[in-house]
Amino acid sequence: MDSGTLAIEVNNISKSYGNIKALDRVSLNVKRGEIFGLIGPDGAGKSTLFKILVTLLNADEGTAKVDGLDIGKNYRDIRSRVGYMPGKFSLYPDLTIEENMEFFATLFGVTVEQNYELVAPIYKQIEPFKKRRAGRLSGGMKQKLALCCALIHKPSVLFLDEPTTGVDAVSRSEFWDMLHNLRKQGLSILVSTPYMDEASRCDRIALCNTGRVLDIDSPHNMVDKFNGNLYGIKAKDMFGLLNDLRTNASIANCYTAGEYHHALAGSSFNAQELKQNLEEKGHSNVEIKPIIPDIEDVFIKLLSNEQHQQQ
Amino acid sequence: MSNTNNNSFIIQVKDLTKQFGNFTAVDHISFEVKRGEIFGFLGANGAGKTTAMRMLCGLSYPTSGSGTVAGFDVIKEGEKIKRHIGYMSQRFSLYDDLTVMENMELFGGIYQVKSNELKKRAKALLQNLEFFEERNTLVSALPLGWKQKLAFAVATLHRPEIVFLDEPTGGVDPITRRQFWEMIYQAASEGTTIFVTTHYMDEAEYCNRISMMVDGKIKALDSPANLKKMFNAASMDKVFRILARDAQRGD
Repeated sequence: MDSGTLAIEVNNISKSYGNIKALDRVSLNVKRGEIFGLIGPDGAGKSTLFKILVTLLNADEGTAKVDGLDIGKNYRDIRSRVGYMPGKFSLYPDLTIEENMEFFATLFGVTVEQNYELVAPIYKQIEPFKKRRAGRLSGGMKQKLALCCALIHKPSVLFLDEPTTGVDAVSRSEFWDMLHNLRKQGLSILVSTPYMDEASRCDRIALCNTGRVLDIDSPHNMVDKFNGNLYGIKAKDMFGLLNDLRTNASIANCYTAGEYHHALAGSSFNAQELKQNLEEKGHSNVEIKPIIPDIEDVFIKLLSNEQHQQQ
Repeated sequence: MSNTNNNSFIIQVKDLTKQFGNFTAVDHISFEVKRGEIFGFLGANGAGKTTAMRMLCGLSYPTSGSGTVAGFDVIKEGEKIKRHIGYMSQRFSLYDDLTVMENMELFGGIYQVKSNELKKRAKALLQNLEFFEERNTLVSALPLGWKQKLAFAVATLHRPEIVFLDEPTGGVDPITRRQFWEMIYQAASEGTTIFVTTHYMDEAEYCNRISMMVDGKIKALDSPANLKKMFNAASMDKVFRILARDAQRGD
């Protein structure tokens, strides 16, 4: 693809720490003006990929471009064009909100006033506390300050490594609203999260696990591609139900999912017969209903397919 | 009176309050948890969940209020509460520099499980997890998901009547997260009460009942199905947003 339309290009990047393969031939492209999500649990390799792309770490193999520039040859130019919010809070705890902002602006040779407009919608929320030291801020406020500091030099590509981890559902949702506003202003955003429910807030996502990309697509297409019929099943004794569903020949796979267990139907599946069978086994209040898979269901299916292939 | 209560409720607190100077972190909360229940303790950041949980675990004394946990007084018997509950948090669970078995022996010893009994229980727990062969592996070499499952096993090694889980599944993959919940289901089916906090709203739906804290108070307490009905919401995520929307405090 033409790099003019791509904010990030990753080709077969691998990285090992000793015996541990943190990234295993990862390839992906992020288009300009896109919010691209790296979705995966701890150990998926998300932070390693971020560090390589913002030129803080060298890859063992593979190539990558950020904003059209090679991460090896042009690393200095890349550093001035990207905004990076690492997974761990990395502002100066002894500096105030205001001082942190000025510090980061100065590092990049700009002033806060110059790019105030870009950060204003976020900065206004913490501005009343601008004399407070960063170390004494709440988690939600630290997150907003870190985002402001990553934006103050008006980067073209924004890298956000797990910005919403440990933040409650309401603050998480607000954070995603902020990202959508930034995208409207032309920023390209690569963001990682372990929360699968946040996938729907991205334009495209890569599902990753233990250093590998399982699939890349829009969240919508990913769910559409789910090949199989999924059912939600509940009864009074949920733990007993799980065991009975697992030994039932008409169920291909079954796992917990909250109020209902999720069961992937096998070829001989028949809801009526299953209900009868479960009642004969002593289950009461049995309910079976077809359900639409979500990203977690997709992830689980991809992961179990992969595990089958390995065996 | 306390005897009859002890039979049906493992936690019973009334007007539990904790003040730090002028700040009321937990503001007169009253609730009960039934024996064998999976109880979800939810709330926005800064709502006072951690402070409340510390009081329930005997780690912090209430400023005012009354109640019992596992039959012991939250005001006077914090030490006894600590010995009779299980506790696991996401942040600290096991010693990285000890092997799987050494961790089990250490925690079993702290909780005064007799040596022979400890060996039996540890073996059974590890076999149940299909992890017995890894008993001599250093915990630092284990993937996060395994650490979390192991931490749960260690937290229940002394067979507590109730186990407190503070965000036990943060960052683990969806399959491991489900395996973890199966362990919770199993423990509950064997009679252990589970008291759990989480940021994953879908996990709230695993619980028999949940409470929602906002600004130091319990704003709602019921089964997930009833809460969804009450707030006319399709998911617990929606219920959470409706309740937390008006929160004044951040964390």
